[in-house]
Amino acid sequence: MSYVALRMLLGDKLKYLGLIAGISFAAMLITQQAGILVGLAHQTGAFIRDTSQADIWLMDPEVRFSQDALALKDTLLYRARSVEGVEWAVPLYFGFVKMKLPDGTRKVVQVVGLDDATLTGGPPEMVVGQLSDLRKDKALLVDATIMDTKLALRREGGRPLKIGDRVTFSDKQEAVVTATYKASRSFFWEPMVYTTYSRAKQLAPTEPKMTPYVLVKAKPGVDLHDLTQRLEAQLGVRARTNAEFDRATVNFILKETGILINFGMAVALGFAVGALVAGQMLYNFTLDNLRYYGALKALGTTNARLMGMVLLQAAVVGLIGYGIGVGLAAGLGTLVAKGGLAFLLPWQILVLTAGAILVICLASAGLCLSRVLKLEAAAVFK
Amino acid sequence: MREMEGKDMATATKNSRSDAKPAPTGLAVHCRGVTKHYGAGDNKVMALRGVDLEIAYGQLMMLVGPSGCGKTTLISVIAGILDRDEGECSVFGVDYETISQRQRTLWRGQNIGFVFQAFNLLPTLTAAENAAVPLMILGEGRHSAVKKAEDVLARVGLEGRSKSLPSQLSGGQQQRVAIARALVHQPRLIVCDEPTSALDEHTGHSVMRLLKGVAMAEDRALVIVTHDARIFSFADRIATMNDGVVTRVAAPDALTH
Repeated sequence: MSYVALRMLLGDKLKYLGLIAGISFAAMLITQQAGILVGLAHQTGAFIRDTSQADIWLMDPEVRFSQDALALKDTLLYRARSVEGVEWAVPLYFGFVKMKLPDGTRKVVQVVGLDDATLTGGPPEMVVGQLSDLRKDKALLVDATIMDTKLALRREGGRPLKIGDRVTFSDKQEAVVTATYKASRSFFWEPMVYTTYSRAKQLAPTEPKMTPYVLVKAKPGVDLHDLTQRLEAQLGVRARTNAEFDRATVNFILKETGILINFGMAVALGFAVGALVAGQMLYNFTLDNLRYYGALKALGTTNARLMGMVLLQAAVVGLIGYGIGVGLAAGLGTLVAKGGLAFLLPWQILVLTAGAILVICLASAGLCLSRVLKLEAAAVFK
Repeated sequence: MREMEGKDMATATKNSRSDAKPAPTGLAVHCRGVTKHYGAGDNKVMALRGVDLEIAYGQLMMLVGPSGCGKTTLISVIAGILDRDEGECSVFGVDYETISQRQRTLWRGQNIGFVFQAFNLLPTLTAAENAAVPLMILGEGRHSAVKKAEDVLARVGLEGRSKSLPSQLSGGQQQRVAIARALVHQPRLIVCDEPTSALDEHTGHSVMRLLKGVAMAEDRALVIVTHDARIFSFADRIATMNDGVVTRVAAPDALTH
């Protein structure tokens, strides 16, 4: 009878395609919105992941996310180096500073200052030049991917910022674009520039004896959890591993910006629309075939077998619709991601979508079954 | 599942042999005092008010009477797709009330063939696949079932049309497919509801000759509900119903004279 069930489903091409389209639409909507949400969440931790040479970040206990840097005393660096289990510790400057481009336009940029001696915490990939170029006078590293967009010189006809251009910080401190880098795409809009720690403190108007972050590397074999506890107990600051800081940043951004609610609602909407469209189509399909189910019942098909037929039909449209929907979402997502927008498709989203489609199909099939199983076989004579 | 169904079938057969009341000798269908109502309260309608009917083995019984007199309700009760309220009714010795709904469904699949007025052919199945449905319900593989159905289709004059969809067949051809479906699993009782109502006289007679020729045998019976006086002559007996009771059972000659 599986063959009969499939022929009933596939025989009417229009209804079948409508069913597939409904499920595909739901699967695509759920996958795409969830993929964008996860992509955005992933981008919030880009700076932390790109600064992963160390194991632990020391920060003010009030810091909520990576761009929320608050100042610590400079002396903390030396105290951290003396804590048992610490291999090395370096300062990392982070702050928002106003930067004037060569054409006179001003931009707020994120300035990252790397330890002068080791340049620890630099970008993951250099495009033009080397990280060691930062040791040149007034050197500045700029993100290569935004030199012709966010950092383009609008008053000079949109000319891209280029190596050798001079920029000014806080209207007095000059820097020179010396090299370019490529980093992970960040959730935060402001361009990020790298320089040395000492130069960063000159560029930015900040307290002279304060540092936003200290990066700590654990000695081989030291348990990171134990070390963070020891650092917090001995230094009175907050110590977070890269993963913990990343997670805290993601959680803060998702909760405080309303992104989670907005995209969560979009995912829920996708589910609701999919459930309604696909559910109604499957239900109508069953209603259209009700008299044939009645005939099958009269001819000796048991309720259990009818149930199997309806579930098989739901499973087939569910599986095909899921495949098409997820495929479309992945294709669109890849295009979107190439254009620079956020999209990630971890296996958990595939499972979530599969679960949602399963619920939609089971609910629709349940609705259909309530009609099929209650159907009196005698109705075929009416 | 098929094993289970086989077990259920065995139980149903056992019930028919031992637990159920034995059918009177020579009777395929035995109904006595059968009542059936629809609705409740002010809307209660008595469809059957105490029907007595006996159909012998090898007999073609026609049920005639005005619309709403209970003909369809009676064949539904006889076919086991509708529960009676009161009275006795056994088909080949099986009283449906002594077996479960599931057993009844399985028993029906094995022993009863249906020809519906509206044919109820599945529009997405070919003629052969439609005719093969009862065999597939009984668990036979599709290829073997379709092969047998093609043989039956040939017997009803539809050789060469086995791969046609119902929409590609005329009304008469669709009726023949419906008849093939009713015959393919060699049921002992065939129940037909207005099998000729949509057909012209020539095709109607052809269908009746077919039914009588192919379906009838000593161990079988045929019940036909009809308004079509043109086919009365094919009946062995004609039961006239009025207002929920059988008022007369007679040979066709007696009725037409």
